[in-house]
Amino acid sequence: MQKAFMTKLKSNKTLKSNLITFGMVIIAYILMEILMAAGILSNLLKGLLVPLCVYAILAVSLNLTVGILGELSLGHAGFMCVGAFSSAFFSKCMQDVIPIAGVRFTLAIIIGALSAGLFGILIGIPVLRLKGDYLAIVTLAFGEIIKNLVNILYVGLDENGFHFSTKSSLDLNLSENGTVIIQGAQGITGTPHDSNFTIGIILLLLTLFIVLNLIHSRDGRAIMAIRDNTIAAESVGINITKYKLMAFSISAALAGLAGVLYAHNLSTLTALPKNFGYNMSIMILVFVVLGGIGNIRGSIISAVVLTLLPELLRGLNDYRMLIYAIVLIVMMLFNWAPACIQWREKIAYKLKKKKIVKINGKEA
Amino acid sequence: MALLEIRNLGISFGGLRAVDDFNVEIEKGCLYGLIGPNGAGKTTVFNLLTGVYKPSEGIIHLDGQDITGKKTIEINRAGVARTFQNIRLFKDLSVADNVKVGLHNHLEYNTLEGILRLPKYRAIEKQMQEEAMELLRVFELDGEADTLASNLPYGKQRKLEIARALATKPKLLLLDEPAAGMNPNETQELMDIIGFVREHFDMTILLIEHDMRLVSGICEELTVLNFGRVLCQGKTADVLNNPEVIKAYLGE
Repeated sequence: MQKAFMTKLKSNKTLKSNLITFGMVIIAYILMEILMAAGILSNLLKGLLVPLCVYAILAVSLNLTVGILGELSLGHAGFMCVGAFSSAFFSKCMQDVIPIAGVRFTLAIIIGALSAGLFGILIGIPVLRLKGDYLAIVTLAFGEIIKNLVNILYVGLDENGFHFSTKSSLDLNLSENGTVIIQGAQGITGTPHDSNFTIGIILLLLTLFIVLNLIHSRDGRAIMAIRDNTIAAESVGINITKYKLMAFSISAALAGLAGVLYAHNLSTLTALPKNFGYNMSIMILVFVVLGGIGNIRGSIISAVVLTLLPELLRGLNDYRMLIYAIVLIVMMLFNWAPACIQWREKIAYKLKKKKIVKINGKEA
Repeated sequence: MALLEIRNLGISFGGLRAVDDFNVEIEKGCLYGLIGPNGAGKTTVFNLLTGVYKPSEGIIHLDGQDITGKKTIEINRAGVARTFQNIRLFKDLSVADNVKVGLHNHLEYNTLEGILRLPKYRAIEKQMQEEAMELLRVFELDGEADTLASNLPYGKQRKLEIARALATKPKLLLLDEPAAGMNPNETQELMDIIGFVREHFDMTILLIEHDMRLVSGICEELTVLNFGRVLCQGKTADVLNNPEVIKAYLGE
């Protein structure tokens, strides 16, 4: 009787953990909405709500590559950039054709995620076959290339169709009533402002739904088996390339999704080192490492905390990177130092013992 | 016809002839042993059989099907499963999940059905859970189904590896030193399990082993390898009394 009860308890454990993650996001959303309605929230914080969702989605999607697949990607901002620009391009073109914001934005989301996913596949096909740190190096290069490519790209539209150039907007040879859509380093201006906090939360929940359900399915097990032991996974008939590519492209598509959200929250979208460069990729990686590699809920928490922390300590903003570094070192010690692991296990054991005693008490 | 038929198998690594002119025929249901001193090429034969290495020459037939030089996953699908000399479990997955990875190609639903949790997902996952638990019961691991594989004691890790290999529903099971690092009690228990697996699953087993008690206790036929060549082949009792074999193992 007790044994059956215990196994039931355990099988519900993943479900319970997933529900906590979803619940956490929803409660945070309700809390923020209440604060906003009460007018307590400062303008600064209000402006941070959508970026928080963007960073949380990015952290969760990178955790799929780093924690679940076990490969290092240093160009996640590049996939975000692809998603942002492709969707903003679409929205700008279709602004007059599809006046209903909901429909247009839904299509923009699909286009942004698909194009980022496509880039994930294109990069993954040659690189995921290699062993070692090649993926990290290539994704790093990819992120930089995409950012620089977007900075020299000029695209215009007139009655003859699209015009492309890599020199200047004058070289587009547009007719009189043509418009320039992507203007090189000045990026895309006038993207419809379709994102808001509610949509951000919905997209974050969608990301969580996809990632968590993927992990706890047949495909997720195969992906984690590859992470744990590639040779053994191959020996039981797992197609290594297929599942690596699947995890990597889904991760890239979700980063693209974050890009869509990001692009439609700004009136001017430009590819700067600050938002799509190497620093951004590293920051996402820091979220993942701090939240715990492979820990999806932790990624969201650390993304939120590390974004809010420097903003709340506005006066200390100069020390932002210093705080980052110190927090990172402390968290690393907490996660991996043998003494800390021992201490955490001791605490966990004590808690567990109490729980079992409680169950036994109930049975009696 | 024999279940496994290997003819003139050979491989060279640079100038080193690791396996040379290896011939063997294993009948269905047989428990076959591959023995030999360290570095004789036993594990290389396993790696050739499972597609880790491509043979320089020779052919391998499994149940009439040519599997020479095929990829590891194709060979697994054709019906060859193996365990490893140094245990290779999915250490951060639970014991049950390790076996479920083995069931991967036998119980299928696609990615979308998995993400959207469609009825097929529930049905197949339930069936997977049942089949995995059934296998774990055979190895008395059902009590630890939710434990992480890395937290199992050594002997149980070896058992779990066999359970995972069996989950792929093979025709031929390859065991690479299953008794390595086990104490006499555990070895005895392992011998019983191997015997049981053979009866229960009607399995053909080829094993590499150094523990002579295990080899003489359960293997029906033996091949002795020495310096990549077959030294002696035949019934267990005959082979173990062969003066050549004794010389290879114990010296003159």
